[in-house]
Amino acid sequence: MAAEGKAPTAGEYIVHHLQHLQNHKQTAVVDFTVFNLDSIFWSTLLGIVGCFFLWRAAKAATSGVPGRFQAAVELLVEMVDSQAKGIVHSAQSRKLVAPLALTVFVWIFLMNAMDLLPVDLLPAIWHVAGPAMGMKDYQRVVPTADLSVTMGLSLSVLLICLFYNVKIKGFGGWVHELFSAPFGNKFYLYPINFAMQMIEFLAKTVSHGMRLFGNMYAGELIFMLIALLGGAFTLSATGFALAALHVVAGSAWAIFHILIITLQAFVFMMLTLVYVGQAHDSH
Amino acid sequence: MEVISFVALAAGLIIGLGAVGACIGIGIMGSKYLEAAARQPELMGELQTKMFLLAGLIDAAFIIGTGIALWFATANPFLDQLARLPK
Repeated sequence: MAAEGKAPTAGEYIVHHLQHLQNHKQTAVVDFTVFNLDSIFWSTLLGIVGCFFLWRAAKAATSGVPGRFQAAVELLVEMVDSQAKGIVHSAQSRKLVAPLALTVFVWIFLMNAMDLLPVDLLPAIWHVAGPAMGMKDYQRVVPTADLSVTMGLSLSVLLICLFYNVKIKGFGGWVHELFSAPFGNKFYLYPINFAMQMIEFLAKTVSHGMRLFGNMYAGELIFMLIALLGGAFTLSATGFALAALHVVAGSAWAIFHILIITLQAFVFMMLTLVYVGQAHDSH
Repeated sequence: MEVISFVALAAGLIIGLGAVGACIGIGIMGSKYLEAAARQPELMGELQTKMFLLAGLIDAAFIIGTGIALWFATANPFLDQLARLPK
């Protein structure tokens, strides 16, 4: 999809596909005026789709013989609910945290599942539609392969943890814990304890977001590399072998990826529950 | 030329060493899971969720490494830096 008349090289193809549709180009590492419009659009759309289907299942729910869709949603809700019960022990908090975990799971699963669409399908549509609307010809369709989205999610989880820390232990109690855990309530240990707590919060949040991002980014990149195999298709014998390899490798990776996207959505949900559960423990 | 060959070697090392670590980790965890499940089959369901959670955690670093290595291998960022160096 490069300039007319010349096919892009492998490197150009990858670089083009890793470019977000942005309002303006990012110059600094941290720049809050840059909006990745494609990520915002797809994540919002998938959030609405997920909420709509869950709402429809809840509305049409019967206590009689459930339909297939209702049974699937019930399984999902029960799974999340039992995990939440095992980790967060306060029934009052679970009223917020269990639906939060369900939302996080469904939303991240849907965003990850965008990876299973053919890697060039939506960008190829955008290639026609985008410039016609006066937009740049860039499109990335997996919102969780965008570091801004995953770090946004993990920062929201951090804020909820801080909220519960203050709510359960009281502000004074929380500050006391910041200085006296994990090593003990001795005045000469206060700086070490505080530093350890800060490192813990930082490491938790960063690894939470980076884990999801890294998995999805790597998965997307491997799909692109597989697509390049098919891109090298010609009517020679080796070219034909490449095309066959494309189909085999693409199917194998897509099947393995079904496991990864579910697992990563599950891991994100579980860690959200674990972190909120930690906010409930007092030392 | 040197940059290209070093980056190729580095990409191989990133994937290879990462795979070694992740495979050993998954192997140890899987064997322990089977042992535990054989000893107490009634805990199997509960252990299975925890095993999958840990599998996700163990795999993550390796897959992140693979992604970075493939990025280096296909769209080498160091060549761009090299071109921008003052001569």
